Amino acid sequence: MELRVIADNFAFLILQGFFGFGAFAGGTLRLAVPAIVFGFLLGIFIGLGRLARSRWISVPMTIYVEFFRGVPLVMVIFWFWFIIPVLVGKSLPEYSVALTAFVVFEAAYLGEIVRAGIQSVPRGQVEAAIATGLTRAQAMRHVILPQAFRNMIPALVTQFIVLLKDTSLASIIGYVDLTKAAQIVNNREIRPFELYLFIAAVYWACSYGMSRYAHALERRLNPQAA
Amino acid sequence: MSYTFNWSVLWTGQAGGWLLDGLITTIEISFLAWWLAVTLGILSGALRTVPLAPLRWAAAAYVEFFRNVPLLVWMFFGYFAVPPLLPDAVREWLFEHGAEFWAALCALGVYHGARFSEVIRAGIQAIPTTQFEAAVSTGLTVAQAYRLIILPIALRLIIPPATNESLNLLKNSSVALTIGVAELTFQTRQIETYTAKAFEALAAGTVIYLLLCLTIATVMARVERRFAIPGMIAQGAVGEN
Repeated sequence: MELRVIADNFAFLILQGFFGFGAFAGGTLRLAVPAIVFGFLLGIFIGLGRLARSRWISVPMTIYVEFFRGVPLVMVIFWFWFIIPVLVGKSLPEYSVALTAFVVFEAAYLGEIVRAGIQSVPRGQVEAAIATGLTRAQAMRHVILPQAFRNMIPALVTQFIVLLKDTSLASIIGYVDLTKAAQIVNNREIRPFELYLFIAAVYWACSYGMSRYAHALERRLNPQAA
Repeated sequence: MSYTFNWSVLWTGQAGGWLLDGLITTIEISFLAWWLAVTLGILSGALRTVPLAPLRWAAAAYVEFFRNVPLLVWMFFGYFAVPPLLPDAVREWLFEHGAEFWAALCALGVYHGARFSEVIRAGIQAIPTTQFEAAVSTGLTVAQAYRLIILPIALRLIIPPATNESLNLLKNSSVALTIGVAELTFQTRQIETYTAKAFEALAAGTVIYLLLCLTIATVMARVERRFAIPGMIAQGAVGEN
């Protein structure tokens, strides 16, 4: 064990690799945070679409979800990596490609969380809202969604953990996240054991910490279940 | 958009053979890793529910250790960091016999073992504790009660989430391309590199993955109906990361 390699490259690994401040447009968090936010916004439409009464909306949304849940994320990243340049006529930076791929891919999973959240609101709530004279859209916006969001929070935190770990796959197209940063340092220093153990510890601390948090939230929102 | 499709790249030249090789490697690595993962999962999942605290802690440590770090990092760890620690003879043997395959297999197995463990624990916890008490009161030891009563019921309860997790394992086998295992996604990229036909190559790989997942899901839905226990469904940590 030679921990000097970690100390010497600490700033590069953490600031550049994990947070994304530095010379490269990189960073694990700089990819994961926008991906979950935009993925969730898209996921709301997909989740609502799956529950729509019109088949013209619900069937395509179901196909979207089932398609992306049946394909490996690595494959989806490659799709965007090769297809975007053909569509827009020039190659985009790794960051845009990775972010687009993650938003589109995660939206399928987040859409299912939104759907489950909406379905967890008791039917009586919808009926009561409509009985008071609200339209269906108003009932959804003022009554159902606020309650559904509350129920979704633990699942959203869990999904963010999955996403945070999955962002390591952006390194395959050259995006400089924590994993790629460790690879770059390793190419120079040849200290794979120390470096990969170190990034494993960083991922572990974030992921484990958040999973404890998700668990505590779940218990607070739903005391009788846990 | 100026792109001319040429689907024939998939069956002229070597591409078809590459896809087939890739498919076989994907199935091979997924199948072997699945056995490793299920074995580790059943063992650690069962241990997490036994009435002996140190065993529970050991199993929990295994699960939390492996599932909170990205699979890609475990693959790098297994391929780049572990071999230098092995004795020279073992290392040489490994690099002559496809070290990347074995590293990917172990990483996939232990990572998904930790995830299977949660599924199996949820299944065991869905069984009323009176089953266990009744089994022990008939004179069975704890080990016998698990082997003969608890696990057979739990395994029948968890077929839907276990299928889901098995499909995740299959899809995650694509991560092995990062350490050079020539599986399906790797071969898809290779076709793209040689023919510059990205659409066709990626579409072929995607369709193969979708068909694989669909086939497994259909078969398992039948298995599930066949083995369903009336009145019982598994609940709990199904969607856990």
